[in-house]
Amino acid sequence: MAELINLVLLAMLALTALRIIFLKDLFAVIMLFGIFSFLSALIFINLDAVDVAFTEASVGAGISTVLMLGTLALTGRKEKANSHSSFLPLVVVCITGAALIYGTLDMPDFGDPDNPVHQHVAPRYIEESPKEVGLPNMVTSVLASYRGFDTLGEVVVVFAALIAVLSLLSIRKETEQDASESGLKSHHVLHVVAKLVIPLIILFALYVQFHGDFGPGGGFQAGVIAAAALILYALVFGLPNAFAVIGAKFLYCMASAGVLLYASVGLFSMYKGGNFLDYNKIAAEPLAGQHYGIIIIELGVGITVFAVMLSIFYAFSSQTARSNIK
Amino acid sequence: MLFLDVISSILLISGVFFGLSGAIGIFKFPDFFTRIHAASITDSIATILIVGGLLLQTSFDLNTVKLIFILVFLMITSPTASHALAKSARHGGLLTMAEAKEKKQEKTG
Amino acid sequence: MNFILDHYNYWITIILMMAGFYIVISANNLVKKIVGLNVFQVSVFLLYITMGKVSGGTAPIVVDGATQYSNPLPHVLILTAIVVGVATTAVGLALIVRIKGAYGTVEENEFKDQDDAI
Repeated sequence: MAELINLVLLAMLALTALRIIFLKDLFAVIMLFGIFSFLSALIFINLDAVDVAFTEASVGAGISTVLMLGTLALTGRKEKANSHSSFLPLVVVCITGAALIYGTLDMPDFGDPDNPVHQHVAPRYIEESPKEVGLPNMVTSVLASYRGFDTLGEVVVVFAALIAVLSLLSIRKETEQDASESGLKSHHVLHVVAKLVIPLIILFALYVQFHGDFGPGGGFQAGVIAAAALILYALVFGLPNAFAVIGAKFLYCMASAGVLLYASVGLFSMYKGGNFLDYNKIAAEPLAGQHYGIIIIELGVGITVFAVMLSIFYAFSSQTARSNIK
Repeated sequence: MLFLDVISSILLISGVFFGLSGAIGIFKFPDFFTRIHAASITDSIATILIVGGLLLQTSFDLNTVKLIFILVFLMITSPTASHALAKSARHGGLLTMAEAKEKKQEKTG
Repeated sequence: MNFILDHYNYWITIILMMAGFYIVISANNLVKKIVGLNVFQVSVFLLYITMGKVSGGTAPIVVDGATQYSNPLPHVLILTAIVVGVATTAVGLALIVRIKGAYGTVEENEFKDQDDAI
């Protein structure tokens, strides 16, 4: 049954991707990309990657779509007719595709437990991590403990992306009453429901943040969900109101505080006599140390991701607000 | 137990039926407002029936509570989404079929 | 039949990858190029997750009664890659907004023409 679902979903995914190629209306292209992300999240669930599916659904389908729509508001929604011929790209793609498909014939069978991937590192994680780290969710233990240094690098990359976006687009507070320009001002139903839903979303983000050790979830997903709650607030009540809730300056402080919190856990474990990010030394008991370390670094990840996603959204939408005034 | 299974499968099948009819409606209906009517069927009654069917499949533990939360959340958000879509279409100046017809008659008559 | 089922996921991955690649090299509009890049990215995610799947296994969260788990390592790599992916997408989109401000267009051939005119 799972195989059948897999077949159908993958076929739908391929059809969506092929449809994206031929559409000229960029608004429809981006909506299709949102559908594409949700479909891939479903496939990830079917392939047992619940954490990945969670991330893809919140990040790929939520945040990327919002950012792309924000760009589209500035650049126009129609793609102009393509002037140069599409023959050469087609030939290149067909040759590359044929070569890759020839290559897959030697790939190991799908889902076979004896595949090379499952022989070397993974068995250790699966067998030892519940004892060594003490968490049921192996993905969290590998992410935060065994590969903690790697994840620190990822968080720094996300932080660097924020710096890059901010050096390209500035966040500017509008002082005039342009807030009333928002077409959503007369949406009373939307206002009431948003007020009802936003606290629930933030509560859910906190649940995902602190329950990530035991089920799917963790800092990355929680940060994105919390950012989505504030993005909803900014969309419904206007950007100036959102600035009043969390200002841009405060977000910069949060983004750097998250990275520093993460790195300081590493330094603290060095101070205690272990290696960088060696949680065993943080507390008297190794298992308790692992728990403290993972909770704190997940919090750091959550804070950074939340602040980065929200400030990137601020940057794009304050750009849109300025172009509307012009 | 069997009794619950039967009810749950009836709920699931009718949920799938409404979901499918909503999907067909999106393609078959002539204009935006009728289509949004079809889409909101998938949003509301189909999700209620499917989540209801799944509720009866659980063994009434934490998963049941989670499903109820999902149901409540969907009941709040999806009608709002349909409403917001239709309202922004009005805001953008889209006419319903009847209004478009009237306008046409005014022009010709 | 078994041969097809064993390799189906890989083939779909390659179709997606090529669709994304085709959009990137043939599209004129920069926003569409970014969408193509994201399609390409998702295909790579799919390849990794496909390799991590074990038939008959469950999600890598310890539960009573489960004996076989899927490989958690690709999940970790892809989870972080998704977040980094959206961050880099944001940088790309910010560049597009800047290009629109400088040239007044986001069609690749048009601003190339403007560059040549100078």
